[in-house]
Amino acid sequence: MTLSLRSLRSLRDPILVAIGLVTLWQVLHQIAGDSAVTAPAPTLAHLWEMVGQARFLPHLRETGLAFLQALAISCIGGVLVGVVLGGHRLTGEVAEPILVGLYSVPKITLYPVILLLFGLGMPAKVAFGALHGIIPVVLFTMNAVRNVNRTYLRAGRAMRLTPAQTAWHILVPATLPEIFSGLRIGFSLTLLGTMLGELFASQRGLGFLLMTAIDLHDVKTILAIAVLISAFAVLANAALLAIDRRLHRGATPEAEKT
Amino acid sequence: MATRLASVPVAETYKVHARLDGVTRIYPPRAGHGEVHALGPLSLDLRAGEFLSVVGPSGCGKSTLLDVLAGLAVPSAGTVEFEGKRVLGEVPDGVGVVFQEDASFPWLSVEDNVAFGLRRAGMDAAETRRRVDFAVGFMGLKDFRRAYPSQLSGGMRQRVCIARTLVLQPRLILLDEPFGALDQQTRLLMGDELLRLWRETGATVLLITHALDEANLLSDRIGVMAARPGRFIDIVGTGWPRDRDSRLAERPDFGAVTARLWSYLRGESLKALQGSSPPLGGEAR
Repeated sequence: MTLSLRSLRSLRDPILVAIGLVTLWQVLHQIAGDSAVTAPAPTLAHLWEMVGQARFLPHLRETGLAFLQALAISCIGGVLVGVVLGGHRLTGEVAEPILVGLYSVPKITLYPVILLLFGLGMPAKVAFGALHGIIPVVLFTMNAVRNVNRTYLRAGRAMRLTPAQTAWHILVPATLPEIFSGLRIGFSLTLLGTMLGELFASQRGLGFLLMTAIDLHDVKTILAIAVLISAFAVLANAALLAIDRRLHRGATPEAEKT
Repeated sequence: MATRLASVPVAETYKVHARLDGVTRIYPPRAGHGEVHALGPLSLDLRAGEFLSVVGPSGCGKSTLLDVLAGLAVPSAGTVEFEGKRVLGEVPDGVGVVFQEDASFPWLSVEDNVAFGLRRAGMDAAETRRRVDFAVGFMGLKDFRRAYPSQLSGGMRQRVCIARTLVLQPRLILLDEPFGALDQQTRLLMGDELLRLWRETGATVLLITHALDEANLLSDRIGVMAARPGRFIDIVGTGWPRDRDSRLAERPDFGAVTARLWSYLRGESLKALQGSSPPLGGEAR
């Protein structure tokens, strides 16, 4: 693969950040010693070894499945609810303060209730992940639908569009950038919720491995899993952010007048 | 060139192109204010092929008049006709509207914006391309075909909106203060382009504006509106030649028309300014 000068330059900053973080990690290791922070090189080697083992895969699969299901509920459910709330003024005005309140509640306090409702295992993790992710998606979608520039809709009527054409060719592209921002935040929070759900009373998954490693004081494994999850979160978020920026590029500075 | 723009020579087909007859528009009471009588009763015969401007103090119902005529708003009483057929709650085929606010779609390039209405109407690709090419050239947007609205100035974006209306070959073009947000020099040039468009399409044009000079320069007739409820005080004929442009302002009799418009409007504008009735806010009579 050949890299152009421009793509090399755009890669420079993330690479510098990565080098900085690894250096910091090494320094922390020097200060704290192996009992708290293992050194980068052996930890990464351990991660590589772990990922290669057959007994690791079911755990990765469990977490991945829980996350994907929670993400699907957050995205699809969030957009559907958001469209309804944004389209119906009264319902939206009633629901918004409730949602904002729920958004600020530390949802971990509700986890015992979730466990009682869904039982131990996959359903509880999925529910907890979706509980975290769905609210920002609903809020962003609702605002996107509410704030659609009325002039676009009037222009659609003046060009004799059918309601279906107005929905597909005006409403969807006009709301997409905002909705995507909501999906991006929903993605991060769904991951957070799913991981949190795995830390307590689970029998499988990366969160379970993490808790087992804490019980065994296996620092190398703790850090290896943390690195794996962080790398996934950072890379996925960077990709989503790049799409987000592309979508927002076309927005006019004074979209709303009068 | 004219044949490529005009679909029907409207002046030969109709005498009265559109008609407002006893039209009123009353907004129902809402929280904070009572019923608002915004317009009329008002009647107007729009002659086929003419350029008619409507001037009046702010909040006098000019935009409501345009909405009713376009079919974007339903009159509370009275009838609206276009080409002999009643207008009822939707924009008739053959009517094009350009708004005061920027209505260009930021997610589409200039050429996709211009082609938007044609594609939704199911026009075939070759004809769409031909019309878009022409409208883009006519409005001076050739170098910006692939640009996005956010990369253009306000005047350029308004050209995109005019081109988007133009490709649909409207026989009646309604413009609601389209140059309101532009600087004076740009307004004059856009006015010249509007006159050229009007001449070459043979369409009927109704322009809402608050600029008296602009109305004078562009129009065959100028409807002067009084405030609240909006109605015509007078309709002033200018008698300017069809082949005119912004250099008309040099003529000695040009100032006389503007002065006449102002003599009508001075009292009305003062009334509006003194806030006896803030626009669509205070108590209705």
